[in-house]
Amino acid sequence: MAARQDAWRIYRESLPILVVSLAGGVFAGSVLGSEGMTAGFERFPGLLLLLPAFLATRGNVYGALGARISSGLHQGMIDPEFSWDRRLVNAVAASFINGIGISVFIAVLSWGLLQVLSRESARLIELVGIMLVSGVLTSFTLIFGMLALVFASYEYGLDPDNLIGPIVTTLGDIFGVVFLFVAITVVGVIF
Amino acid sequence: MGATDPDESVNTWSVRSIVATMFPILIALSILEMGSGYVLEELEATYLANPTLLVLVPVMIGMGGNLGAILSSRLSTRLHLGLLEFDPRDEVLWTNVLAILGLAATIFTALGIVAWLVGQFIAEPMALVDLMVISVVSGMVLAGLAIVLSVLATYVSYKQGLDPDDTTIPVVTNVCDILGVIVLSGVAIVVLN
Repeated sequence: MAARQDAWRIYRESLPILVVSLAGGVFAGSVLGSEGMTAGFERFPGLLLLLPAFLATRGNVYGALGARISSGLHQGMIDPEFSWDRRLVNAVAASFINGIGISVFIAVLSWGLLQVLSRESARLIELVGIMLVSGVLTSFTLIFGMLALVFASYEYGLDPDNLIGPIVTTLGDIFGVVFLFVAITVVGVIF
Repeated sequence: MGATDPDESVNTWSVRSIVATMFPILIALSILEMGSGYVLEELEATYLANPTLLVLVPVMIGMGGNLGAILSSRLSTRLHLGLLEFDPRDEVLWTNVLAILGLAATIFTALGIVAWLVGQFIAEPMALVDLMVISVVSGMVLAGLAIVLSVLATYVSYKQGLDPDDTTIPVVTNVCDILGVIVLSGVAIVVLN
């Protein structure tokens, strides 16, 4: 029965972080299901098509930054503080380029796909505008939020490697969707 | 990333090198993600008529990957330590699988209940039974897929001499991300019709 006890221990150790991730996901889902958001999905056809790519790439861009910073800290290549250190600045700049660049790419790709399938689609400029606004806002928040949390956990003697995955998914879900809502509102007013 | 040579380490920390490594991967992933976006777009009418289903979407996108990441990193570590064998009778393997299934059952039951509660406030409420069936069935299917993928990916990267830590987790989380919405949509269609 040792196996059953081991399974129970793994369960207890993993549950808290999954519950945090569940809470973040449900919050994001509630924003997605809200009236303003569903109205946005109807007004800008193509947003549902790009939604999974938009949500999923967050984890990859900022998770990679987190993993890089964490390795850098462990190897003593960077210090756990905000500074104009060349490596840190490079890593941050590259994450901005990746995060904002891929958002715009997703908008163009979705628009192109809808054209090829001759489906109803929002205008290219609308989809790019929405992805640009939400991409810029999520990049700022996630990059600086991620660095603050990784530095703080390192200073407190926690291993950032165990925290990055769940932190990125949770922050990414929450801010990704909230800023998507903001972007839809902004672009809706402008166009 | 384990560069120790000073010149090399400065180089791998250049903006150009980081973007050149990451951007092609991001483009490939975005293209694959269009598969699950297409399913969402295709079922637009169903999702917009039942906005409560949208509450499930972010969790379905993320949770399979979370479960797969937990299992993969545990399997990789035990493999490195020589505590795991790829044998259908291996006890460590089944212990971990059992724990993942228990976690999935807990999380997706909670998701069904919480989504139902949220639905009471934000939109057209859905029947609790429908939501529970959709959440738990698609969640357990997803957990099963995450388990199979984690074991397979850990096994393949081990056989190929790759470090599972660098290969298994990204593959498993991204494939689960893509499958999440597809599984959810499939189950939702069956339950609602």
